[in-house]
Amino acid sequence: MLEKTLAGLAQGLAAGEFSSVELTQSYLDRIKAEDGALNSFITVTEEQALSQAQAADQRRAAGEAGPFTGLPIAHKDIFCTEGVRTSCGSRMLDNFISPYNATVIENFNRAGAVSLGKTNMDEFAMGSSNESSFYGPARNPWNTECVPGGSSGGSAAAIAGGLVPGATGTDTGGSIRQPAALCGITGLKPTYGRVSRYGMIAYASSLDQGGPMARTAEDNAIMLNVMAGFDPKDSTSIDKAVPDYTLTLNDSLKGLKIGLPKEYFSDEIDPQITAQVQAAIKEFEALGATVKEVSLPNSHLAIPAYYIIAPAEASSNLSRFDGVRYGYRCNDPVDLEDMYKRSRGEGFGEEVKRRIMVGTYALSEGFYDAYYKKALQIRRLIQQDFVNVLAEVDIIMGPTTPHPAFKLGEKTSDPVAMYMEDIFTISLNLAGMPGMSIPCGFANGLPVGLQLIGNYFAEERLLNAAHQFQQATDWHRQTPAR
Amino acid sequence: MEWEAVIGLEIHAQLATKSKIFSGASTAFGAEPNTQACAVDLALPGTLPVFNAEALRMAVLFGLAIDAEIGYTSVFDRKNYFYPDLPKGYQTSQLFHPIVGIGHVDIELEDGTTKRVGVTRAHLEEDAGKSLHEEFPSMTGIDLNRAGTPLLEIVSEPDMRSAEEAVAYVKKIHSIVTNLGICDGNMSEGSFRCDCNVSVRYKGEEKFGNRTETKNINSFRFIEKAIKGEIERQIDLLEDGGTITQETRLYDANKDETRSMRSKEEANDYRYFPCPDLLPIVIDDEYVEKLRSTLPELPDARKARFIEQYQLSEYDAMVLSAYRDLSHYFETTANIADDAKLAANWVMGELSKHLNQNDTDITASPVTAEMLGGLLLRIKDNTITGKIAKQVFEAMWAGEGSADEVIEAKGLKQVTDTGAIEAMVDEVIAANQPQVDQYVSAEPDKRGKMIGFFMGKVMQASQGKANPGQVQGLLKQKLDALANS
Repeated sequence: MLEKTLAGLAQGLAAGEFSSVELTQSYLDRIKAEDGALNSFITVTEEQALSQAQAADQRRAAGEAGPFTGLPIAHKDIFCTEGVRTSCGSRMLDNFISPYNATVIENFNRAGAVSLGKTNMDEFAMGSSNESSFYGPARNPWNTECVPGGSSGGSAAAIAGGLVPGATGTDTGGSIRQPAALCGITGLKPTYGRVSRYGMIAYASSLDQGGPMARTAEDNAIMLNVMAGFDPKDSTSIDKAVPDYTLTLNDSLKGLKIGLPKEYFSDEIDPQITAQVQAAIKEFEALGATVKEVSLPNSHLAIPAYYIIAPAEASSNLSRFDGVRYGYRCNDPVDLEDMYKRSRGEGFGEEVKRRIMVGTYALSEGFYDAYYKKALQIRRLIQQDFVNVLAEVDIIMGPTTPHPAFKLGEKTSDPVAMYMEDIFTISLNLAGMPGMSIPCGFANGLPVGLQLIGNYFAEERLLNAAHQFQQATDWHRQTPAR
Repeated sequence: MEWEAVIGLEIHAQLATKSKIFSGASTAFGAEPNTQACAVDLALPGTLPVFNAEALRMAVLFGLAIDAEIGYTSVFDRKNYFYPDLPKGYQTSQLFHPIVGIGHVDIELEDGTTKRVGVTRAHLEEDAGKSLHEEFPSMTGIDLNRAGTPLLEIVSEPDMRSAEEAVAYVKKIHSIVTNLGICDGNMSEGSFRCDCNVSVRYKGEEKFGNRTETKNINSFRFIEKAIKGEIERQIDLLEDGGTITQETRLYDANKDETRSMRSKEEANDYRYFPCPDLLPIVIDDEYVEKLRSTLPELPDARKARFIEQYQLSEYDAMVLSAYRDLSHYFETTANIADDAKLAANWVMGELSKHLNQNDTDITASPVTAEMLGGLLLRIKDNTITGKIAKQVFEAMWAGEGSADEVIEAKGLKQVTDTGAIEAMVDEVIAANQPQVDQYVSAEPDKRGKMIGFFMGKVMQASQGKANPGQVQGLLKQKLDALANS
């Protein structure tokens, strides 16, 4: 049963083939046996999982089960979970037991989901390889010498490794789509404001967005049905009705207009990736879609703009970690300044400190106009690029990443090379639109991701296209050798 | 050369919302530390602010009351700095697009003229918590109950030229915000506090001198003293050939002096930027006009009405119009007594004296406006004298009942029976022969003053109850008869 998708497991539970407790126990056993090699979990919540599974079985027996009742998933350790350590991959929060639930967690609890635990991630979601985690890197199940991507690397690795059928992630510059691509699974970054950010520890507030990760588009739809919706506790969440994303999965793709941005098919991309992406686009044509070349002329400005805006917001968002009320506090501070300096100096890792310093600098008096204000102007240009293209086509397609998974340690000494891995994903967060990554082949035995980008609130269309592709192909069914 | 002070003020008025500006926690004062701080106020990881629209209503009302430009799109910014009682490491405020723009108030000067003082802006922001140093030896306690309480920061133009003008301005703003019901105005609890920017220059010079900012002063008297002291300090320093350092200073009420807190060089770079967790606040004409229609009568308009309707003096009208509760009390009393001048005298005299001495708010006065009105009626119909009335007032203050009840119980009714008064007059004349002789031998135009002695004796004999007019008339009649005989 562990090879099934969430949709398959839901059927099995509904048909009484197995109970949620049995299912949950099987996954817990497998995590215990196999996560030593992957390090995809920071915390496994065995006791809570089993009691949630028991409650789900009772709910089913009472005839009150919903579509998600009894399904086991995991949560990126960025979502505050009541009574459970919520570390955000940082020493700073290693001792933080959240006293409250994020809205996303609350939504899954209400749906009767079972949470197996909290997955590994780059510290405060800052990274593209999971190597900045205080708990050590998660590893790519296709090759454990390779990174799973990041920052939602633990969720991607756990799903690809068969330790959990679905998991939550968050995406600030590609943190759902990039690890999904590198681990050969399906992940969706919804429209900014579609999923509540309440209780999701902030990295860059205007870019952060939670979303589903699973093996298939159908499973993404099932999860998004639970996650999406207006939340009065998040002023940036949008009050718009949530459709049932599973209902449109089987719509025809006839007449679907696909745009291929020429900027996404340059020589700097691994040729094997380009070839797999082009083959996938042929498949969409076979399904009835039409293809045309488009242009996103400001794409090259996305990384510089992002690395001003995101660190600027982060430098402020992370000020609350001061050792005063919760989290890490240094030993024996001599005075207030010493407490601040050492608590933050010892509690944060390299990459986090780098971004706090960059952001602090960018917002400083005399530099604000040259950096932050300029970056906001570029952000508007990039957004306009997407608006223009999506007025002409329904979905923009291209590679999710320029390279397949790289070796652990390969890029840690060169932060800019690491930042470049997000070149195709980052601009979408600046624009606020939804994007997906779905498996579309292999390069040197490592998965390749195809990125699908749609207009604001076009999640249905993206999931529909991805699902139709997955009905016609079996890249998403490939699993690494166990 | 003559010196001139230049003063600008920043007033922080806590808005009287029930819950905080970005969370649902209560804003009530005086609870046990940290019992009114929710997850958002504690800045737990992942928490987000949600703006309390009631704070918006109050800020816009204030803008309308000072005839200010209203910010139809206002934006919250983050002011970043580290302090233990600032849980998020930034204060959410409004720098670039405040809710209230340029406006003005008129203040009354001692010479009877009025002066217009510009208000540069007023913006919404959240208050910080409190650091408690005294309770914990060698440690600091943090109380976050106040964290997130909505503040309206009201920034004036540097239009004031003396401590007296500054206090008149602060009092005017205080009376406006309390009249609007948007701030309880309680200065000792910190609901209304003031930062004073002071510089000096030679009169006639256009350039401003270097200024200092004295923070968080919380009484009218301290504001006046702090500014006066600071002006003197700056003049002394400059006259001794020194220079003024631009710095933040602290007023020590115990020593009545200001001292340096930090200089400009040590000042923070606050790295303001728009708060990405909050959307811009956008309001329209309909919202503003609807609020305008709810504006209560404001002190300036009420003052004009009091002069017109009750023929009060300029000064009495200003004092009695400043606060809604005081104005209401006065008008109720005046209407019952049907005598505005008498009511004004009693409210500003005996009542104010008792309220001050007992540190009692007018809304909690044991003598209500109805009771005072009842007392004044008894003065007017000659049941009691003004002097006795003070005695009755004391008894009412002590909870002994209404004026009529007190007069009855204590037998304080004025004696108007001519026979009884005449008997007392005759007795006093008979018992004070030397003074009667003096009266008789005095020039007629000096006699008037001498009657006072006999008046005092008769009133004493009657225990103040004799009708003074009748006593005076009878005395004059009888003494003059002796003199002319």
